[in-house]
Amino acid sequence: MIAFHARPLWLTIWFAVVIVAAGVLSTSAAAAEVDFGAVVKSLNARSFDNKHTAAVSLAEIDHPRTVLVLQTMLDGKLYVRRRSEQVVFADKLNGGGFHLIDAVSGDDLGSAGRRDVKKIGVNNQLRKALRGLIAALSLGDPDPSARVDAIKAITQSADPAMRDILQRHLEGETDTDVVAAVQTAIVVFDLDADDPDVRLDAIDTASSNLSAQVREKLTAIARDDTVTPALRDAAVLSLDRIETRVNQYQLVETLFFGLSLGSILVLAAIGLSITFGVMGVINMAHGELIMIGAYTTYVVQLLMPNAIGWSLLVAVPAAFLVSAAVGILIERSVIRFLYGRPLETLLATFGISLILQQAVRSIFSPLNRSVLTPEWMSGSLEITSGLAITYNRLYILLFAGIVFLLLQLVLQRTRLGLEVRAVTQNRAMARAMGIRSTRVDILTFGLGAGIAGVAGVALSQLTNVGPNLGQGYLVDSFMVVVFGGVGNLWGTLVAGLSLGMVNKILEPAAGAVVAKILVLVFIILFIQKRPRGLFPQKGRAADN
Amino acid sequence: MLVRALTDHERGGWMLLGVVVLLVLVVPVANLVVLESSPFHISTYMVTLLGKYLCYAMLAISLDLVWGYCGILSLGHGAFFALGGYAMGMYLMRQIGNRGVYGNAELPDFMVFLDWDSLPWYWYGFDQFWFAMLMVAVAPGLLAFLFGWLAFRSRVSGVYLSIMTQALTYALMLAFFRNEMGFGGNNGLTDFKEILGANLQSDVTRVVLFVISALSLALTYLLCRFIVTSKLGRVVMAIRDAESRSRFIGYRVEHFQVWIFTVSAVLAGLAGALYVPQVGIINPSEFQPLNSIELVAWVAVGGRGTLFGAALGAAVVNYSKTVLTGALPEVWLFALGSLFVLVTLVMRNGIVGLWRSLMKMRSQRE
Repeated sequence: MIAFHARPLWLTIWFAVVIVAAGVLSTSAAAAEVDFGAVVKSLNARSFDNKHTAAVSLAEIDHPRTVLVLQTMLDGKLYVRRRSEQVVFADKLNGGGFHLIDAVSGDDLGSAGRRDVKKIGVNNQLRKALRGLIAALSLGDPDPSARVDAIKAITQSADPAMRDILQRHLEGETDTDVVAAVQTAIVVFDLDADDPDVRLDAIDTASSNLSAQVREKLTAIARDDTVTPALRDAAVLSLDRIETRVNQYQLVETLFFGLSLGSILVLAAIGLSITFGVMGVINMAHGELIMIGAYTTYVVQLLMPNAIGWSLLVAVPAAFLVSAAVGILIERSVIRFLYGRPLETLLATFGISLILQQAVRSIFSPLNRSVLTPEWMSGSLEITSGLAITYNRLYILLFAGIVFLLLQLVLQRTRLGLEVRAVTQNRAMARAMGIRSTRVDILTFGLGAGIAGVAGVALSQLTNVGPNLGQGYLVDSFMVVVFGGVGNLWGTLVAGLSLGMVNKILEPAAGAVVAKILVLVFIILFIQKRPRGLFPQKGRAADN
Repeated sequence: MLVRALTDHERGGWMLLGVVVLLVLVVPVANLVVLESSPFHISTYMVTLLGKYLCYAMLAISLDLVWGYCGILSLGHGAFFALGGYAMGMYLMRQIGNRGVYGNAELPDFMVFLDWDSLPWYWYGFDQFWFAMLMVAVAPGLLAFLFGWLAFRSRVSGVYLSIMTQALTYALMLAFFRNEMGFGGNNGLTDFKEILGANLQSDVTRVVLFVISALSLALTYLLCRFIVTSKLGRVVMAIRDAESRSRFIGYRVEHFQVWIFTVSAVLAGLAGALYVPQVGIINPSEFQPLNSIELVAWVAVGGRGTLFGAALGAAVVNYSKTVLTGALPEVWLFALGSLFVLVTLVMRNGIVGLWRSLMKMRSQRE
């Protein structure tokens, strides 16, 4: 164990496990040195088969130079001196001839002529085997992802001798990803086994494996005319089962993507739904309020570059406040003069949206800004193999739910909510009852704008943050509001989620653009049938 | 009745007709006869630019007909304009014949590029000028009729209708961006060579197109003026001011709305058809919702509900756009945005309204 004394204890234990797995029981260092020299020498065999055997036994020796020798052989730089039969590493020199290094000891041997040395040739099969052996040695790497890579390389080598190494490696392995990779690799090896029973078993186990390699092998067996019909049938059956599994996972994935898109639509539309419902105001600058939220996230990250993980938590309230402030400014400076003239409001707010877009373009540049994704939002949650859900979409789904619930609480349980609902239903009557509708207007608009800003924070994690960010969501948000029924939060929720779902379900068959067009056409037709949306407001206020 | 239609105009209407006559008389001479060195020479670039403004003015009048007189704010009128343009573009495309890059007499270049082996059915007939002209009117008209029939019958109105028209043009934009639609995808239709055998690049063709645009603008104005001063026009305005009341009196409101909407769409399509040969390209960006909203701004700036005001607004806004985007590109969107806000807040009836109230103040002082 001399070679490892400088390494931490756990690493030493780890290497020990590998060595045990490789079948080398504690040999003394000196003995290993002798063995090593002999085995390296035996690499200079005549036939490729013998070279292969020698390489395999070399790999079993625990020696610091093992990998180096195998790698050099793979690179075609392993030579032998004609006279002494000494195995050397040879680097071609510019002026012809070679620079030699002893393979066993690593001593510099100076240069030699072209005729003094002979190359230890390798063929493709041997190269494959060598790659596998090197990979098997890197199974000891402490980094699990490096081990997975090594296992992949071993599978590629298709060297049956590797199967047992993998099998033994399995016993000491604790990382689930690596275990799964090893199991897949063993199945792949067994699928090529000579024994038909082993093959049949492997085909059976393969049916629960979704890796592309396994499927490739199974397909090959199913089409192979030289194998027995029983094997072929088993392969076809297995493929069928895999197909069903994949389809199920795809369905789950589609549904999740639909929910995710839906939650984004709900986030983008819900602020609009409030302002539209309460004030009958079409706020065409709503998309730009979303954009401001996204840019707030960008600025927050600029201000706290060392705490990206926390930046989103800071950005949510910041974006709410910034967008709400801009919203209230718009309301006070323009919209309040236009109440009762919805078409004019539409035009004026559109003008404001152009101004905001250009302002952002002038301040931040017309190019997209990159908003970083915190550590805890990147990556994906793997539910089972072949079914993973990205964290950012998952969090945004949850976030949309929280925002919706909070908003619902505000509207149903607070004084402000009561007043907002009253004004929504009948402005004149509410005023007659003593509600200060101006105050309600300001606060509602601020609330709607603030939520747009919060939606911007979420969107900054999914799409590019640029001056046109809001424009792209404007038409969509309007569709959601109109489809759900104006001034009805539940309507917005149902409409957003179902539109997102429909969009994603249509997408695989029709393509993204056509799916979008179909949804738009559907809404246009739907509005003809139910002009007030899914959940129209009831009562006298509804028709004015 | 015809006499009334031709003579019953406000002062602004006479001025519009006067300007058109002046342009028709002066521009061809100034471009073709006056030497280039002379200060009175009008370059072909300028002729094309003016021709473009004339098409925009036509488009603005068509929108004013539905918005100013019938209270239907269409945020998708650019779609009808673009459809008319595409119909014309398809004819021009077929006229290229085998002079395209690939030299295929049967297929436009982009179809050869996409490996299509035959012309899609909806391109049949577009090698005939009369058929293309028919389609210039039929395509937008039919779409407007169908959309209007569905929408007005179920009493979709106000902001809902505006949003729906916006969705319509947005959906069309997405559709036309697709290569599979067979309208040239992203690049649209371009590289036109000639129209009715006349070279599109030559000065004479440009001037002829300009004159036709000017005359079409005048005819559009006369037609719209005729409509709004007729009894039908009165009903339409009644619908604008009190929809429910008109319905209770016994008018079939939706019939009038569909009719006006369709006429307006056909006029917008004609404007598009005149626009395309002059600018030499039509692509899906014409369907952008922004274009349609800009169009609304022209009408609002000029003066909603006054046909000549719409034409004036189109000319003023587009001229400032040409100047500003050339000199200070960053300022253009600020200017356009502020224009929207100003017009809605301060100048409710646009330039025409401002002028009228000034006149009123002066006469009161006297």
